[in-house]
Amino acid sequence: MLTLVGEDRPGIVAAVTRALYDAGCNLGEASMIRLGGNFTIMLMVNGGQPGARLEEALAPVAADLGLRCHIDPIPGALDRHPVPNIQVRVMGADRAGIVAEVTEVLAATGFNILELDSSVCGEPGRPLYIMNILGCSGEALEVLDEAMAGLRARGVSIDIAPIETMIG
Amino acid sequence: MAVLPLLTVPDARLGQVSEPVVDFDADLRRFAADLEETRLAGPAAVGIAAPQVGRFQRLIIIDVPPKKGGATHGHLVLVNPEIVHWEGWEMGREGCLSVPDYTGNVIRATRLRLQAQTLDGTARELEMEGFEARVAQHEIDHLDGLLFVDRVVSRRTDLFRRKVYRSRGRPAGSDGH
Repeated sequence: MLTLVGEDRPGIVAAVTRALYDAGCNLGEASMIRLGGNFTIMLMVNGGQPGARLEEALAPVAADLGLRCHIDPIPGALDRHPVPNIQVRVMGADRAGIVAEVTEVLAATGFNILELDSSVCGEPGRPLYIMNILGCSGEALEVLDEAMAGLRARGVSIDIAPIETMIG
Repeated sequence: MAVLPLLTVPDARLGQVSEPVVDFDADLRRFAADLEETRLAGPAAVGIAAPQVGRFQRLIIIDVPPKKGGATHGHLVLVNPEIVHWEGWEMGREGCLSVPDYTGNVIRATRLRLQAQTLDGTARELEMEGFEARVAQHEIDHLDGLLFVDRVVSRRTDLFRRKVYRSRGRPAGSDGH
């Protein structure tokens, strides 16, 4: 698992993936997204290269683009993708603890988070936190909904909806 | 009856535009039965289209039991289906027998009126909404050589692209906005 983070600018993905290709790597699943002015890459990379060699191959690009690089050797295989059946949308005045509070409640019900993305938006001085969670739950919607009652009473808007995936 | 082999991506034939059915004969009925058996053999599919098994004729099967989202038509074999009216739009998650192990968010019209023929050639008109309308759009797309992956907006968020996808033989913005 290759992690790269640096100030966002055009050309990062092209330069990184070119360097990896030239080093004989094959790319797998990736998450690449801009977070708060940084461009972040988490990328599964497969190739006969040990971690040190990979780091070497990326060093010129990383130096050039100001990227910090981290490599974790992990086992990887073609993954069967769990299909999310619940979406949780959270919105509230930005304050510390929202994520922990919401996800603790979910975790207590056995909810498995597959994806979580969040933004801080709104006006300066009145920041708003918006979070979108996709995941798998074996619990009924009502159970999850009820579990959120306490948080809702404290002014966090939480919308829980089923995701029905159409296969055709 | 037989379970037919499914075409899966990246098979280029999935991009082929299917021809209208002209002969409403025993062969067509046999094929429809095989297509249904193929649908049932896979993972809980609520629809299937003829080109998914390499027969490039305009025939689809939809089966949304009435319990799912109110008034649906249940099992339908639709020949030469054509959407004549669209209304509204909604994001929903889709997967496909021809795209194993991938799901993504697609915008579809929420209400449809469509014209089609039955297996014996009788013309009929149907109105659909919600989940069933989504299934019909997904399957009719197959007849036009389109897969849901051609329309995936984002796997990550609820956001949608401003420009409506434009494709072979189908005008952009034909979703009634």
